[in-house]
Amino acid sequence: MIKETIGMIFIYIGIGFDFFGVLGLVRLPDVYNRLQAATKCVTFGSAGIMFGVFILNGFNSFGFKALLGIAFIFLTSPVAAHVIARAAHRSGVPLAKQTVVDDYAKDNDLKDL
Amino acid sequence: MKIEMKSRIVVFVLAYLVWLALTHIGDIQEVIAGFIISIVVALIAGKFFITTKKQKGTVRRIIAAVIYIFKFLWEMIKANFHVAYIVIHPMLPIKPGIVKIRTRLSKDSAITILTNSITLTPGTLTVDLNPDKKEIYVHCIDVISADVEENTRNIGNRFESILTEVFE
Amino acid sequence: MKLLKWFLGFIFIAAFIYYNFFIYDGKLLFRLINISLFCSLFVLFRVIFGPTAADRIVAVDILGILIVGLLALLGLYYKQGFFMDVALIWALLSFVASLAFSKILEGRQLDD
Repeated sequence: MIKETIGMIFIYIGIGFDFFGVLGLVRLPDVYNRLQAATKCVTFGSAGIMFGVFILNGFNSFGFKALLGIAFIFLTSPVAAHVIARAAHRSGVPLAKQTVVDDYAKDNDLKDL
Repeated sequence: MKIEMKSRIVVFVLAYLVWLALTHIGDIQEVIAGFIISIVVALIAGKFFITTKKQKGTVRRIIAAVIYIFKFLWEMIKANFHVAYIVIHPMLPIKPGIVKIRTRLSKDSAITILTNSITLTPGTLTVDLNPDKKEIYVHCIDVISADVEENTRNIGNRFESILTEVFE
Repeated sequence: MKLLKWFLGFIFIAAFIYYNFFIYDGKLLFRLINISLFCSLFVLFRVIFGPTAADRIVAVDILGILIVGLLALLGLYYKQGFFMDVALIWALLSFVASLAFSKILEGRQLDD
């Protein structure tokens, strides 16, 4: 009974943060800000859902697959975000109007790929 | 040569354990298939797992790694509430920009974990790094200052000291 | 203008949540799955109307991670283990797809 309550709480938290991350994907002004909000919140949200599923199932094959999925998500999603941000900057996607500094464009010659 | 052999054996044991956990134990066919596939995986991709010699102070490093994991989870929860606050706010209080920070870490694996942690903590996202000069370019959602030293203190030092303890 | 847009969006989301929790009749897990599908709707908005190609790649990447969570919920609802197999493979494939897309966006070839 307690196990089910804790698992459902994790699933609620996960879905809430999924929703906030996707809202950030729609509202924020340029690619880099969208990437920040979406990567953080959606990674944490999906990991929360999977952890809830793991608690509800225990240590059988289903639960272990959920744990492995958490590990995959935590390892791959920051790397994907970093690669997309670098590719966007090198291919010349402009930053938002509110941007204050841009050291990366100052230091690197963007023609030189 | 010896390190390579050890690395292959560790990869074989890990792959076989993951295979056994993912299938139903009790079926002899799947156990044999997992054994063969683990050997193939260890032969093809086994030599990249361990590349350095054994270091001293294993217990101290494991304790530091556990502390690092809990600190990372706490920072990540803070990051999520930060993003949720920005997204709900009607006027979008952001001041983005790409700044530069320095790092003292030297190993590739340590730098990878540092950049992954920076991406998942409040208001920062790694864009690129140049390994020769040990500099990381970080996209901030709230730029505090354009100074390199101050940004290093604010962004990098949260994890750098404890990662130094884990890896070197 | 900004406040008006915020208010319209707030009404849209509030209407959905009211419908999902008070009018729609189904099991609790299926209501949660509905919220997850509603999130995918926002991501599809970014895929269709994204100003640049990078926006679309970000949206597809995020959609991959979102669907992993959705598949975990579906597996919980139907009590079937094989949904997690699909979720694991989906996570790995969407990661590789994001890497390939961003390499093409950067202007390099795949074997570089």
